[in-house]
Amino acid sequence: MRTRKVLFLPAAAVFGFLFVWGLSGLPAFGDYRGPYGIVLAQVAVSERHATEVVGATTFDYRGFDTMGEEYILFAAVLGLVILLRQLREEREDEEEQQSDYDQRLEASDTLRVLGIGLVGPLILLGIYVVAHGHVTPGGGFQGGVILAAALMVVYLAGRYLAMKRVRPVPLVELAESGGAAGFVLVGVGGMIAGSAFLYNFLPLGEPGTLLSAGMIPLLNISVGLEVTAAFVLLISEFLDQQFVKGRDET
Amino acid sequence: MTVLQAALLVLVALGGSAVVLVRDPLRQAIVAGIFGLLLALLFFAFQAPDVALSQIVVGSVALPLMIVLTLAKLARLRGSDE
Repeated sequence: MRTRKVLFLPAAAVFGFLFVWGLSGLPAFGDYRGPYGIVLAQVAVSERHATEVVGATTFDYRGFDTMGEEYILFAAVLGLVILLRQLREEREDEEEQQSDYDQRLEASDTLRVLGIGLVGPLILLGIYVVAHGHVTPGGGFQGGVILAAALMVVYLAGRYLAMKRVRPVPLVELAESGGAAGFVLVGVGGMIAGSAFLYNFLPLGEPGTLLSAGMIPLLNISVGLEVTAAFVLLISEFLDQQFVKGRDET
Repeated sequence: MTVLQAALLVLVALGGSAVVLVRDPLRQAIVAGIFGLLLALLFFAFQAPDVALSQIVVGSVALPLMIVLTLAKLARLRGSDE
């Protein structure tokens, strides 16, 4: 204990000094010095007809970065699925699962009513956020996680088996890979149109309307699909673990 | 900096410390969820609604849920050992 303190105090003093020194050299609060943000905020609406400049930046000007991010999520969920599926002994006896489940995790009526009431609005909100990613704050990632949250609410309302029914795994896996592939295909579309990868080749439309900003809504939809499916897979793999006995137990 | 931004910065600092100081993992998951919601409010107050939207779901729903599920699985594994 004393050695720990002897080691900690000088280290904390040095760190504290450097930390305060570093903080004192920071620009003032709200003092923005990067030129790109100012330029993008000025040109995004006229160049891309997207009123949501963040969306125009992530899906158009820096669309390639976003593709990398999408594939990070794709690879992470793929790895998790491979790991968890190896760990479990396949047990598809649903009756046993149901009785097991009824005994341990019955949701209260309040939670059930609240959950059932929330599912519809959540799905609508999710679709809205995905579809308006180029007009108002939001987009594929944000809408995707909201859509996946709707599924978590189904589970919280106490229907594990109902949840199993609304998330057919092959379809979800198809949606995940379809979303990931869609992004690249839209990008290739720019090359087919005779320019660079992820060049915005579609008609730009009227700024501020649902059908505007060219390819940005398409990219939002494919990211939305990918993210929804990724989070649904993630959560259902975790949930399946609850109802499947590990190797040690059987 | 507005009063709201300053207040939220203090709340986030307190919330982060609370997550570390709570020792029971199950309670920690709940506190982490509240901390996630505070962070979302902070992002919103600093004019980053895009980030706030994803933070609401990831920080206050998905992450605590995954921690709770893992804890449930661990408790079950331990229970069968005894």
